[in-house]
Amino acid sequence: MKISREDVVRVAELAYLELSEAELENYRKQIDEILEYMGKLDELDTASVEPMAQVLTEDQAADATLREDVEVPCGLGAEILRQSPDPEGSYFRVPKVIER
Amino acid sequence: MGAKGRLEAGATGMTTHWTIDGVREGLAAKKVSARELAGEFYARIAARNGELNAYLALSQERAYAQAGRVDALVAAGKPLPALAGVPIAIKDVISTRGIRTTCGSKILENYVPPYDATAVERLEAAGAVILGKTNCDEFAMGSSNENSAYGPVKNPVALDCVPGGSSGGSAAVVAAGLAVASLGTDTGGSIRQPGAFCGVPAMMGSYGRVSRYGLIAFASSLDRIGPFATNVRDIATVLQVIAGRDANDATSTTAPVPDYRAEIAKPVKGLRIGIPKEYFGAGMDEGVRQKIEAGIEIYKKLGCTLMDIRMPHTDYAIATYYILATAEASSNLARFDGVRYTARAASAATLADMYRVTRNEGFGDECKRRIMLGTYVLSAGYYDAYYKKAQQVRRILTEEFLTAFGEVDAIVAPTAPTAAFKLGEKTNDPLAMYLADIYTVTASLAGICGVTVPCGATSAGLPVGMQVLAGHFREATAFRVARAVEAAVLR
Repeated sequence: MKISREDVVRVAELAYLELSEAELENYRKQIDEILEYMGKLDELDTASVEPMAQVLTEDQAADATLREDVEVPCGLGAEILRQSPDPEGSYFRVPKVIER
Repeated sequence: MGAKGRLEAGATGMTTHWTIDGVREGLAAKKVSARELAGEFYARIAARNGELNAYLALSQERAYAQAGRVDALVAAGKPLPALAGVPIAIKDVISTRGIRTTCGSKILENYVPPYDATAVERLEAAGAVILGKTNCDEFAMGSSNENSAYGPVKNPVALDCVPGGSSGGSAAVVAAGLAVASLGTDTGGSIRQPGAFCGVPAMMGSYGRVSRYGLIAFASSLDRIGPFATNVRDIATVLQVIAGRDANDATSTTAPVPDYRAEIAKPVKGLRIGIPKEYFGAGMDEGVRQKIEAGIEIYKKLGCTLMDIRMPHTDYAIATYYILATAEASSNLARFDGVRYTARAASAATLADMYRVTRNEGFGDECKRRIMLGTYVLSAGYYDAYYKKAQQVRRILTEEFLTAFGEVDAIVAPTAPTAAFKLGEKTNDPLAMYLADIYTVTASLAGICGVTVPCGATSAGLPVGMQVLAGHFREATAFRVARAVEAAVLR
């Protein structure tokens, strides 16, 4: 078994998901099976392989030169705030930040 | 409406398929106006969408306004841009100003983007008429379109089958004649596989070829925007319009965009075509194998050099992909927390509760599974074993392609191991669903480009897609090779 019930509870907490008992067990089983499958990567010796963090090599990528650091107006502030469930002035309002 | 530019649609039941060239000729000859054309497509959608569930939102006002601008150009005798009057649909993970964009998720049920994705902006600047938004798996996570919060899309070729995913709606609307072209996104096969399942050509450009600005991110190192259309020339035309550097996406490349339509016309004689043994393995449907092998024969007849190549690490691609894609997804989907976008759980008393309840109510089953998996592989103690390991194997897989493209110009393989499967067939087995991506994920990891092109049908009448892969920024070669098989199959 790759992943325990406690692991799933901890991961749900980290991911800000609140799972029901039934979901917990269902996900544990499915994720366990998937992780088991992923374990096949251990067959490969990658000790000398540099992790691939960028998709394109430097000569394929965009010109690395950064653009001029100038202000570009966005002008969407009001529209963006309108999408929010609880805007106030130029702010997003949220419930009080109190730990459980 | 001129007969030229019409292709008879076989299995889809619609009488006519417009092509981009057909629209252009129709407009120029004043046989049809852009407004009439938009009207025709909205009528088709009204007749067919109830059954297919392929469109989630329609944008008539914007479409008719744009069509009016095109008609004014025609009336004034001005030159017409590349996509003038062409009715196009956009996958619902791509931002469209003023048009509801849900990503197939309940958590964005009422989200209306305040800006357009660069690809959409470029389509409209080229005269395209945006008809509406197409259904997809939630946040593009799925291979069957059954993970949409708004119900599955039906495959127009066989209504009891899935259209593929995640861009199932974008493939279905083109196959059913409800759009001339569409945009989808591909992260692990989400353009190519639905193209194959619905029997339409579709293209995933190289990583960096098309700006991702305005694409609501699933896995940023893998996501690509690309076109579906009824023929290879049309997907090339659309890619031409949307490709190229965009200051708003730092990963979009400055590599020049060649004239794809001119390139397509070149003969394929003398091209070296690689056939990877690993793409014809166990689990492959016999009907698919026959059609792909027949397709390969076409290249032989056309004077290509066929070469057996080996891609021995292919079998590790699914594991690598689902580690990296879920890791990136868990990070990208952290932004959906009830603060800035629509849908906030009403019951929450504290901030942490608000996050949890909002996300719990808003995300569907597959999204939660991938967020959990991604969070796990990135968590302390597991990062090296999973995430770093997968990044290392990603390099091995990429180098395998680079080596292959030192010897061959293109690689030909099936797009998927089977034709479209039945609705509900794999919904209870996530791993089985993941394994169906076997032939598409490796090219995603390597950042190379690929086209799927229809290559006949199985004995059950389901379309078979041939996948043509080419190296980084070799889209022109992929189009050319795909076009050769298309021409032979259509004949």
